[in-house]
Amino acid sequence: MAQAQLLPRDLELPLDLRLPRVGSVDAVALEARAGELAKRSIKKGSKLAALDLAIRMMDLTTLEGADTPGKVSALCAKAMHPDPADPTIPSVAAVCVYPNLVAVAKSRLAGSGVRVASVATAFPSGQSPIDVKLADVREAVALGADEIDMVIDRGAFLSGRYAKLIDEIVRVKEACGSAHLKVILETGELGTYDNVRRASLLAIAAGANFIKTSTGKVTPAATLPVTLCMLEVIRDVHDETGRMIGMKPAGGIRTAKQAIQYLCVLNETLGTAWMTPELFRFGASSLLNDVLMQIRKQRTGSYQSGDYFTID
Amino acid sequence: MAAKSPATRAVPSPLEWEYAPAPEARDILALEDRYGLYIGGEQVAPRSRKWFPTISPATEEHLAEVALAGPRDVDLAVQAARGAFEGEWSALRPAERAKYLFRIARLIQERSRELAVAESLNGGKPIKESRDVDIPLAAAHFFYYAGWADKLEYAFPNRKPRPLGVAGQIIPWNFPLLMLSWKIAPALACGNTVVLKPAETTPLTALIFTDICRQAGLPAGVVNIITGDGSTGAHLVKHPDLDKVAFTGSTGVGKAIRRELAGTGVKLTLELGRKAANIIFDDCALDQAVEGVVHGIYFNQGHVCCAGSRLLVQESIYEPLVAKLKRRLRTIRVGDPLDKNTDLGAINSRMQLDRIRELVASGEGDGAEMYQPPCRLPERGYWFAPTVFTNVAQSSRIAQEEIFGPVLSVLTFRTPEEAVEKANNTPYGLSAGVWTEKGSRILWMAERLRAGVVWANTFNRFDPTSPFGGYKESGFGREGGLHGLEPYLRFDR
Repeated sequence: MAQAQLLPRDLELPLDLRLPRVGSVDAVALEARAGELAKRSIKKGSKLAALDLAIRMMDLTTLEGADTPGKVSALCAKAMHPDPADPTIPSVAAVCVYPNLVAVAKSRLAGSGVRVASVATAFPSGQSPIDVKLADVREAVALGADEIDMVIDRGAFLSGRYAKLIDEIVRVKEACGSAHLKVILETGELGTYDNVRRASLLAIAAGANFIKTSTGKVTPAATLPVTLCMLEVIRDVHDETGRMIGMKPAGGIRTAKQAIQYLCVLNETLGTAWMTPELFRFGASSLLNDVLMQIRKQRTGSYQSGDYFTID
Repeated sequence: MAAKSPATRAVPSPLEWEYAPAPEARDILALEDRYGLYIGGEQVAPRSRKWFPTISPATEEHLAEVALAGPRDVDLAVQAARGAFEGEWSALRPAERAKYLFRIARLIQERSRELAVAESLNGGKPIKESRDVDIPLAAAHFFYYAGWADKLEYAFPNRKPRPLGVAGQIIPWNFPLLMLSWKIAPALACGNTVVLKPAETTPLTALIFTDICRQAGLPAGVVNIITGDGSTGAHLVKHPDLDKVAFTGSTGVGKAIRRELAGTGVKLTLELGRKAANIIFDDCALDQAVEGVVHGIYFNQGHVCCAGSRLLVQESIYEPLVAKLKRRLRTIRVGDPLDKNTDLGAINSRMQLDRIRELVASGEGDGAEMYQPPCRLPERGYWFAPTVFTNVAQSSRIAQEEIFGPVLSVLTFRTPEEAVEKANNTPYGLSAGVWTEKGSRILWMAERLRAGVVWANTFNRFDPTSPFGGYKESGFGREGGLHGLEPYLRFDR
C-alpha cells in the first residue's frame, strides 16, 4: 500500500482500521454470479423503466482523432433530444469528448442540464509526465468541463508503485476543482480481478468520485464480471465509510439488452440508492439508438428499421 | 458538480426497480388426466386399482392422477424387467446398448423445456434451476454413461465385468429427473434392467421419461416405472427377484432397507441424510464466499442432499460475513417457480414444510437468533422464507439434524483444527465446502474432512464424471464417474 504521508489530510477513507480489506476475488465465482444476473428476464413496464434510466445514465461519447466541431454539435443535439419525435425520451447525462472539443460541447449544451465530460491526463495511455497531465486537466476544466475522466498510470500500478498512482490521482483531483472526477482503471490492461479490486480501492482512497472500467481503446473494455467486481468494492467502501462512489462501465456496451444486464447487476449489488445517473453511467456511443429502438418496440409492439433513428 | 449544473434541472430520485412477472409458458406441457404404470413397455392400469393425485406445491393445484402400485404391480414390473434382461437386453452388443442411451440423452435435450416446466410445476423448484441445472445434467448423465457401455472392459481391466440383472431403484423428490438419470443411466450402460419408483410427490418427469423410452425404441421391459408411496417402495425392496437395490433418501428408511436385505446377497447402495459443513476462512474471497453460501443452502430451497446447511465461519470474519449474508438474503426472490426470475421456489410438500417449521421452532427455542428477510410469501401452497440462524450451539438440533429446507445455521471456529473437528462432528458425511485463497490449506482440509465430496471455493456443483456418495450415516456406494459403474456390475475376478 501507499505511504500514509502521501494521502491527503482530509481523506474520507483513512488508511487505518476503517479501510476495507483489500482481500481477493475468486474469478470463477465472480463470473458465475455475473452470468446468473445476466439471465434475469426483464419485461414490460420494468423494461421500459430500465431503458429510460439507461438513457438518463448515458455519457454519450465520441473520442476519435477525426472529431470535429460539426460532429460534436450533432452529438450534443442527440444528447439533448435523443428522439426528436418523442418528447417523453429524456436527455442523456453527459457528452464525453476530448479537451479540444469541450468548448463546442459546452456552448451547444448550455441550459440543457446535459453535462460536459472531458477525458484528460494523456488519455488513453496516461504515459506522460505528471505536469502535462495536470495541465491537461486544468485546461479542460477552464474550458467548461463539468466532469473529468482521467486514466490511471497502469505502468505504475503494474510495477507496484502504488504511491505514485495515489499521488497522481490526488493531484488530478485537486486540479479538477469542483469538477467531478472519474478514474479510468483500464481493466483490460490489469490482467486479474484481484488487480481490478486493488486499483479500485486505490482510486477511491485517492479521491475518485467515480471509478470507470475502460477508455474504450483497449479490448476487453467493460465486461459484466469486471463491473460486478468494482461494484463490490464500492459496496465495501460504503459499508466501511458511508461514502457513495459512482461506477461507469465504458466500451463494448452496444445493446439495450446488455444495458439491462448491467442495471440488474447494479440493482442487486448496490440496490436502489445507486439507480441514478448521479452514481452510475454508461460510457457508450452506439448504445443509444438500440435503446431508442427497443423503447419504440416495447410501446408499438413492432421493430422499426434503423432508418427511423438518426445516426449522428 | 451540482454547483455547475443548472439550478432548474430536476433530479429524479433513484429508480425503485421492480421486475415484472416473467413466467415460463406452460402450454408446452400437455398433461394427461391419468398416468398408469409403465411396465413391459406399456402404460397399464394398476392391479391395485388405486390412484392418487399429484399436485403443484406452489399452488396446491391438482395436476394429474397417478397409479399407486401395489405388491402385484411390483411383481409384474420385476417380472417384466427379468424377462427383458434374460431376453434381448443382456444379449445385445454393448455398442448397441450405448446407442439407446445416446438416443435417450438427445431426447431429453430435445424435450428439455417441457421437462423443465414439468419439474418446476410438480416439484416447486425455480424454472431457472430446472432449466439450467436439472435437465441439462440429466442429459449429461445419459451421454456420459452411454460412452462407457462398450468400454467396461477398459474401465475394469482383467476383471471381466458382467451385469447384475434386475435393479430396484428408489429416488427422492428433490431432483426427480436428475436422480432418475443417476440411477438408470449407469444401470443400463452396464447391461442391467430396472424397476424405478419415483418419489410420491414428484412422479411427472419420470412419467414423461417413459414416453422418451418409447421414442428411443428401448426394448420393452428394460425400464419399468412404478409410481406409488412408501408402501410401494417397501414392496419393491422386498421383492425376492432383485439383484440390486439403489436407494436415495432418508437415513431412517436406508437403515430399514439394509436390515431387510441383510444376508440376501442383493447388492445395495445408499445415499442418505446429511448435514454438510461449509467452512469459511478469513482469507477467502469474501463476496464470492457469500454467493457460495447462498448457493450452498438456498439452491433448490435447501432440498439438496449435500446442502451446506452448517456454516462454519472463522471468528475474525464473522461480522462482515453475516452482514453481507443478510443483505444478500434480501435480494433473493421468493415466489412462482415458473417465473424466470425466481431464486427460491416452493417447499416440496406439506409434510416437508411441517418438518422445517418444527425444526426452526426448536432452533428459536434453543436461543439461536433467527433472521428472515422481509418477503411476501404466496397465500396458497407451501412456502418458507430463506432463514439464517446465528448464535447456534453445536449441540442444538438445528446444527445436528438435517432440515432439508432453506435454513442455514451459522457457527464459528478459531483455528483450522477446530474447523475440522466441528465439521466432522456429525453422524453424516456427504459433502463439505472450504473457502480460502490458500491452496495448501485446501489440501490440508480435504485430507481431514470425512465427507464424500469436498468442494473448494465452490459448492453444489455436479458433473457426471465425478463420483458422489457418503461417509458414515450418509450411506455407501458411489454414483457418477467410473466409480458409479461398479455397483451395477459383478466381476469374475
